[in-house]
Formats: sequence, C-alpha cells, structure tokens
Amino acid sequence: MEQIPASIWTLTAGVVVTLISFWVGHHHGLLPEQASEQAPLVDNFFDIMLTIGTALFLVVQGAIILFVIRYRRRAGEEGDGLPVEGNLPLEAFWTAIPALIVIFLGIYSVDIFQRMGGLNPGDHAMHSMHTPKPAVAVVAEAPSKTTSDATALLAAAQTPEIGIGASPDVQGKAPDVVVDVAGMQYAWIFTYPDSGIVSGELHIPVGKDVQLNISARDVIHSFWVPQFRLKQDAIPGVPTELRFKATKVGTYPVVCAELCGGYHGAMRTQVIVHTPDDFETWRSQNQAIATAPVVPSLSDRHVEEMGVTPQLVAQVQAMTHHPSPAKF
Amino acid sequence: MAQAQLPLVDTPLSLPEHPKVWKWYDYFTFNVDHKVIGIQYLVTAFIFYLIGGLMAVAMRTELATANSDFLDPNLYNAFLTNHGTIMIFLWVVPAAIGGFGNYLVPLMIGARDMAFPRLNALAFWLNPPAGALLLASFLFGGAQAGWTSYPPLSTITATTAQSMWILAIVLVGTSSIMGSVNFIVTIWKMKVPSMRWNQLPLFCWAMLATSLLALVSTPVLAAGLILLLFDINFGTSFYKPDAGGNVVIYQHLFWFYSHPAVYLMILPIFGIMSEVIPVHARKPIFGYQAIAYSSLAICCVGLFVWVHHMFTSGTPPWMRMFFTISTLIVAVPTGVKIFSWVATLWGGKIRLNSAMLFAIGLLSMFVLGGLSGVTLGTAPVDIHVHDTYYVVAHFHYVLFGGSVFGLYAGIYHWFPKMTGRLLDERLGILHFVLTFIGTNLTFLPMHELGLKGMPRRVAMYDPQFEPINLICTIGAFVLAFSIIPFLINIIWSWNKGKIAGDNPWGGLSLEWTTSSPPLIENWEVLPVVTKGPYDYGIEQRKESTDEDEDEEE
Ligand code: HEM
Ligand SMILES: [Cu+2]
Ligand SMILES: [Cu+2]
Repeated sequence: MEQIPASIWTLTAGVVVTLISFWVGHHHGLLPEQASEQAPLVDNFFDIMLTIGTALFLVVQGAIILFVIRYRRRAGEEGDGLPVEGNLPLEAFWTAIPALIVIFLGIYSVDIFQRMGGLNPGDHAMHSMHTPKPAVAVVAEAPSKTTSDATALLAAAQTPEIGIGASPDVQGKAPDVVVDVAGMQYAWIFTYPDSGIVSGELHIPVGKDVQLNISARDVIHSFWVPQFRLKQDAIPGVPTELRFKATKVGTYPVVCAELCGGYHGAMRTQVIVHTPDDFETWRSQNQAIATAPVVPSLSDRHVEEMGVTPQLVAQVQAMTHHPSPAKF
Repeated sequence: MAQAQLPLVDTPLSLPEHPKVWKWYDYFTFNVDHKVIGIQYLVTAFIFYLIGGLMAVAMRTELATANSDFLDPNLYNAFLTNHGTIMIFLWVVPAAIGGFGNYLVPLMIGARDMAFPRLNALAFWLNPPAGALLLASFLFGGAQAGWTSYPPLSTITATTAQSMWILAIVLVGTSSIMGSVNFIVTIWKMKVPSMRWNQLPLFCWAMLATSLLALVSTPVLAAGLILLLFDINFGTSFYKPDAGGNVVIYQHLFWFYSHPAVYLMILPIFGIMSEVIPVHARKPIFGYQAIAYSSLAICCVGLFVWVHHMFTSGTPPWMRMFFTISTLIVAVPTGVKIFSWVATLWGGKIRLNSAMLFAIGLLSMFVLGGLSGVTLGTAPVDIHVHDTYYVVAHFHYVLFGGSVFGLYAGIYHWFPKMTGRLLDERLGILHFVLTFIGTNLTFLPMHELGLKGMPRRVAMYDPQFEPINLICTIGAFVLAFSIIPFLINIIWSWNKGKIAGDNPWGGLSLEWTTSSPPLIENWEVLPVVTKGPYDYGIEQRKESTDEDEDEEE
C-alpha cells in the first residue's frame, strides 16, 4: 500500500464516488409515476440534485470517518495535533465550489420553473383580454365547445395570477378544459363551468391543456397530485391556478397538503385521466344529470370517518346551483 | 444539586468565611447570577424536551397504522402543534441561547456577570408561565392549527386554546428580545480588555449574530401574532378574507420571524461545535475568521429567504425565483462551517468521548439535512414536496441531528464545569449509539414517504405507506429509550460522579481557568488573556522549534 502514491488513491476514490452518485441519481426509485408534462422536468432536476448531493455527502462523510479513524487518540498518546489554523487557497476553494454549484442550480431551477409554466400564471387572461386573436384557433381544437367567447371572458376575468400557468408551448392560448376546484373541510368540489357538471372527483382528458381555478371556502387547503408533481394552495380570498397536461391515462390520488383541521388526513380523492373519447362519454353522461342537483361522490368512508353531516351534504347540494363557486 | 458540598478543588484563593457557590434552593429563586440562570434555563428546557418528546411518541404510535385509532384526530393536531411549539420555543432556543449562552458568555469573555443581571432573571422567568399556558391549553382542547397557526384555521378552531398559544409565544418572544439586548451589550462592552476581537471564542461570535437576528425578527412575529389575537377575540379582520383581510399577510409576518428562527436555533449550536471540536481534536479551529464571519453572513442572508416556506402559497412568480436564489446562497456560508470543522479533525489527536461523538454525529446528520434543504430551496422541487414528510424528514435532520446532538455535545462537554463532576463515559457512549440509531431509523425513511405522496400533519393516511411508517415508529421508540441512560447518568453523576477538577479536557478558553463549578462572580482576580482560545499544539510546536534552534547552536 505504501508504494501507491496518494494521488492515485484520491483519483480512485473520486471515480468511485462519481459512479456511485450517478447510479444513485438514476436508480433511486424514490419518486412516484410521472403523469404530467411537468413531472419529467421536476424529476430530472431532482435527479441532478440527488447526484450532486450524494457525491458531496460521500465526500464529506468519507472525510469525517477517515479522519476519525486515522487521527483518533491511541491509548497512552499525549500531546496535541499539528496546529494548522487555516489555509487560504483551500478555504477559497471550498467557498467557490459550493457557490458555483448553487449558482448553477439556481439558474437551472429558473429554467425548469419557466418550462413548467411557473412564470406565466394568469397568462391566458392577459392575452385573451388584450389580444383576443388566438381564441378562435383553440376553439377548433378543443374537445368540447369550452371556449365560447363568453366563457373565455368569464375565465379571463377570474383567472388567477398565482400558481402554475401556461407552459411555453401553450403560452397565449386559452386552455382546452377549465375546471373550478373548491376546497372545503374535508372535500374537493370540482365544477365544470361550461357544462355545469359538479363532481367530487376530478375527470380530465389525457394530453389536453387543463386549467384548474382553485379556491377555498373555509380554510386554506392545498391541491396536490403527487404523480403530476404539482401542488397549489387553495386560499380563501386569493384565486390560484394550476395548468398542466396529463400525459398518462390512469387514476391518481388528489391529496390535501395543507393542515385544514382534524380530518385533514382524510381529505383525499382521485383524479381520473381519461382518453379523450372516454372523457367525452363521461361528460355527456354527467351533463344530463347536471341540471338536477347532484351530490358529489363523497364515499361512505368520508361520511363515517370525517363526520360529514347532513348540513354539509345540503351545502354541497346548494352549491351545485351556482355553477362557478369560488370567491368570498 | 449537591454542588454545595463539593470541595473547591484547585482554588487556593477561596476563603472559607463567605459562600463561594450557590446552594440548591438558589436555583428556585429570582437569582441574578448568570450561571444560576443558565442552569435554570437548561433544566427547564430539558423538562419541556421530555414533555414534547412524549407527545412525539404518542403521535408516532398513532401513525404506526394508517387509520386514526389511537388518538382522536383533533387531539393529534393538538399534540402536533404543541410538540412543534415546545420543541422550538421551549427546548432548543432556551437551552441553546438561554442555557449555554448565559452560562458561558460571561465566563468566556472574562466578565463577572451579564450586563443586566436583573433583566436576565426576568427573561428566564417568562419561560415557565409560557410553558404552563401551553400545557393548560389542553384543558380547552389545545391549539390545533400547527406551530405555524395559519389563519383562517387558527381563527376558527379551539379559539381559547389558540389565544393561550399566542400569549405563550409572545412571552417567549419577549424573553428572547430581553436576552438578546443583554448578550449584545455584554459581549460588546464587558470582555476583558486583554482579549482582542479575534480572540473572542466562536461561541460568543455565534451568540452575537444570534442576538442581532433575534432583535430584528422577533418583533415582527409578535406583531403578526397580536393581530391574530385581535382577529380571534376582538372582531377585527386583518386576516379574514370575507371582510377585506388577507390570509397570506400572516404567512409573510410569521415566516419573516420563523425562518430566521431556525438560525436562532442553529447558530448557537454551531458555536457549541466550534468550542467542542478543537478541544477534543486537540487542534486549533480551522478557519477562525471564516467561521466567525459566516455566522454574520448567515444572519444577513437569512433575513431574505423566508418566502421559501410559501412557494405553494400566494406567491407571485418573481418571488418564487428571488427566494429560490437567496435560499441557495445561504448554503454557502453553512458549507464553509462544515468544511472548517471537518478540516479541524484532520491531523488531530481525537478523543472519542461522548461530547466528541455527539459533535461528530451532528456533523454527519447535518450534512444530510443541509443537502435536502438545498433541494427544498428550489421552487420546482419544493412545489412537489412542500408540506409532506420529506419536509418533516429534512427539518428533523436539521433540528434533531443539528440541534439536539449539539446540545448533548455541549452538555457532555461543560457538565464538569457546571457541576464539578464528570459524566460517566460508558453511559454516555450508550446514549450516543442509541440516539444515533434512533434518529436515523425514525427520520431517514420519511424522505421516501414524502416523495411518494404522504402529506404531513395527518393522523390518518393512505394504507400503502404503512410499512415505512412502522419503521419510523420503531425508531421513535428507540429514541425514547435512548434518553434513559442519559437521565441516569446526569442524576447519578451530579451527586456521585468523579470530581472533575478545573480543566478536565485541557481547554484553553477562559471558562476553564476558573474553578468547577465557578465561584460566584466567576473569578477572584479577572484573568488576563495571553493566548488564543484555540491555540492547541502551538506551545508544543514552539518548544520543539526552540529545541531545534538549541541543537543548531
Ligand atoms: C423524539 C424525537 C422526535 C420525534 C419522534 C418527532 C416526531 C414528530 C412527528 C411525528 C411530527 C409530526 C409531523 C407532521 O405530522 O407534520 C413532528 C413535527 C414536528 N417536530 Fe418533531 N419529533 C421529534 C423531535 C423533535 C425535535 C427535537 C424538534 C425540534 C427541535 C422537533 C420539531 C418539530 C416541529 C417544528 C414539527 C412541526 C410541527 C408542526 O407541523 O406544527 N421534533 N415531529
Ligand atoms: Cu384540506
Ligand atoms: Cu388539509
């Protein structure tokens, strides 16, 4: 061992650390399925941070363990270590390296955030109000007759300025589907303003540009779909939005992530991502009954565990008469 | 509390006719001696730590299964709220700032007491009523809105208990402002003239930064909370959206204090680390100035990162970006400190006793907590994991790994100074091993829970998360048991432990130049600083170079 120069050991350690870090960064399996346009962006960024983090962790932890073993005081040993109080180049080096890493991560996160649509909440409002031109084109593509001029304006008037907005490829366009989402203790109510459908579960078509207008009726809630990597608080008095494309057909949990009272943990429902055809079927089936008051599908579990009272059910029914709830 | 009977070893100057140390009952009075106040803070904080810990164990027991079958969900939230509040406001902050700060600052700078001893005692005596208020609030259902107490939830649930919670926080806030003024004046004005600024122990630098930070941020919290109190009790509507108020304003006021509050907790602990590591590694601290100034840098940048707690709340895009960047920047001075401590170990003669083990344990846990903190600081990832168990994992790595390990390191290190007796090392090492295993077992798996989709602050959760939660709960029980050897050790050693002598570790900072426990007024004759607090090995080197020179002649 003594013959091998220290630099070779350092080099080998460096290579091993790099390999382990890359492996961990790509095989950690810590994140759930990706089901929205935003998910791969977030995951890539997370993987990069995890790779860098693993490397730093191994290096620092390795140094600690190495030093503790190598420089521990043996029995009978007296005296102090060699006094070294500082080393300017070394200190500059390890200030510069983290500084460079965080500058890189900072710039990269702005880029990711922009691609997620984070910089454009309310985007469609501004464009459709000031430059109404693209609306027509979108209407043609839209699966439903969502964006008649009236609804577009209505949506525009309500469009929140906070949340995740249009991603660059749909910037300036009206969304394909708009859903009003209202959080209340302890349920989510989804209202489709164009059809008057009210539901306790979110149904959306895959691959379409969906905008959720989020509001809260009592306390703060937080709308989270882990598989979409998207979360936005529902804040009483402050309208917020989430705009995304679901990329995979399936059923995913909708979770309330902000403490909203005793049964916060039970405030769970589902988002069902349909194929466009299935979505149409679901829509036409439900539109028929939407004119009559419908109780959102609160399951038995909700009633049992969450103490959903008859008053609550009545309240929910009352809401269905006002197709666009929101706002205090 | 057998201090009174201790022989005053190594203090030839002590005169038998007037008492040199305090009697046990002095600890239950409005005593103005900084050492008495320091121990009062430490013991009270420790009692609250046990209470907060019991609440945590109750919560983890509930979380062993997916259903809500052990605690009523509202009681769960009351435990959750009070656990967080007690751990922060009645354990880490009072123990680190009030306890170690009061005990050590005057001793380290060669002063006889703090600048304003009566103010100091008053500041301490605000704490027990605050704790009593929190505990009494359980008679009214207990505050249930989390330690953040966001309105509107906090204005509508358990309102009496919530008001008591607010009063309790305002009391500890007042205490912390009083303490900060005292520390700043004491450090500024009262260090012995022979001590240059660059000989000031790093713990004192940390206390200076902490106090400045507390002075700037605490009044904002108090203001925010008092408005909340008005909303709850007097019909105002600062935060009521249906009457023109804004719920997001509260969050800004709250986090403007409470983000810096995490530095209030961690900076004094960093100070403790900078004292413990060089003594037991027998090496000068590496990069004294880097460590001192990075405390000040953390405290400046730390005032501009609060919105990273609000990325998913009512936050406009530019704010998300600005605060992502400022948050990432704080990682740099923090990293500088970590590297400096690791470098201090290099080439040392490391004594692996309990104090050092806890300090090294802190290093390794804090590295992980810091790295997950960087991921949380960036808006894209934070949006996914905010308010999930990933965050719970992160802040327990920082708070348990970073604060509790540091406090334990400090206790093992200065117990001989405070009591004149040594703690038992075997029990200490057992305590360390159990704590280290327990902490990692409890909090490491929580990262995965959060990433996979489990929100925090829930008494019931999706059954798919049950297996991992069970591991966390087992870890929490290991943690609960880890406290037993520690308690036995403290109680037994305080009475019967080996006599420590004035300077059992061969420390060079001034507190080791007086007797153990120090006499009232600390010194017969104030010490004169002749060398730096971390000059380990320098004498030795001088001698050996002198010898070399002799040989050459
Ligand atoms: C005995 C070990 C500990 C265990 C088992 C434990 C466990 C827990 C649990 C289960 C929660 C609830 C998480 C949630 O539902 O969001 C929690 C929250 C919290 N803990 Fe601990 N904890 C421990 C020690 C500590 C320490 C030492 C501190 C601080 C110094 C601390 C600070 C907090 C805070 C601030 C919260 C958040 C409370 C809130 O969300 O309102 N914990 N802890
Ligand atoms: Cu909710
Ligand atoms: Cu909730």
